Amino acid sequence: MKARVHVTLKNGVLDPQGKAVHHALQGLGFDGVNDVRQGKFIELELDGTDAAKAEAEVKEMCEKLLANTVIEDYSIELA
Amino acid sequence: MKSAVILFPGINRENDAIAALKQATGTEPAVVWHGDTELPKTDIIMVPGGFSYGDYLRCGAMAAKSPIMRAVAERAKQGVTILGVCNGFQILTEAGLLPGALMRNASLKFICKNTHLKIENTDTRFTNLYGAGDVVDYPVAHHDGNYFADSETLDRLEGEGRVVLRYCDVDGKVDPATNLNGSQRNIAGIINEAGNVLGMMPHPENAIDPMHGGTDGRNLFKSMVEAAS
Repeated sequence: MKARVHVTLKNGVLDPQGKAVHHALQGLGFDGVNDVRQGKFIELELDGTDAAKAEAEVKEMCEKLLANTVIEDYSIELA
Repeated sequence: MKSAVILFPGINRENDAIAALKQATGTEPAVVWHGDTELPKTDIIMVPGGFSYGDYLRCGAMAAKSPIMRAVAERAKQGVTILGVCNGFQILTEAGLLPGALMRNASLKFICKNTHLKIENTDTRFTNLYGAGDVVDYPVAHHDGNYFADSETLDRLEGEGRVVLRYCDVDGKVDPATNLNGSQRNIAGIINEAGNVLGMMPHPENAIDPMHGGTDGRNLFKSMVEAAS
């Protein structure tokens, strides 16, 4: 089973890297971009077939290591 | 007076930490490897600067979960004096020993220069040899020193006198123009609730010898030693 984790900065936390990327996109002529937020994508290959158990475990991984919940939110997708 | 320096792979300021502790305590600090699970008997623990684990995932995130940090957290609970500088500050926040987080500098640039800092609280075991309102000159060298905490946490830190150092100009003026890296409220260093753990981005260990260009950092180490004596 695969778990895909997206880690993004919380709303209200300034994202200077996203801002710089936004600025660069504007420089390339992409005028239709209103905002850019940069995050991380983490893919995990897991043992087992129990989706509920896997989700609980990945949630714990996010809380303990993969995300810093002071500044980041995360979402989990199992496949 | 015993001290210890924690060493993680990717740390590169351990010798500066060792020199500063040796100068202040008169004895050689113990160097403790990240994979160890026990600390020697020690009055002061320093978590030095550098790039532990290549800053993978987030600065300090991996180091904060290494075996020795459980022992460091235990000593923190017991009231042992703990100083985290630069990557050490990042590690202490990631380990939950200090609130908040250190984000990428607002300028996105690595900043390596000397900066002025206002000593905001002289009633701590790290700063009691400084005078009220003193402005000191320490170097900084970091890419991720932009201190963030939610406003409730910031208000609490301020209310409890836990903001120890702020970025300022030579006259001690604290404003957006003197905010080196985009930190909330110009915060450069904070202590924990019990007052025995200090995290700071600037490097006092690189301001202890006239050859460094200044010795403003000496009193921080002397304060710790006197308080632990």
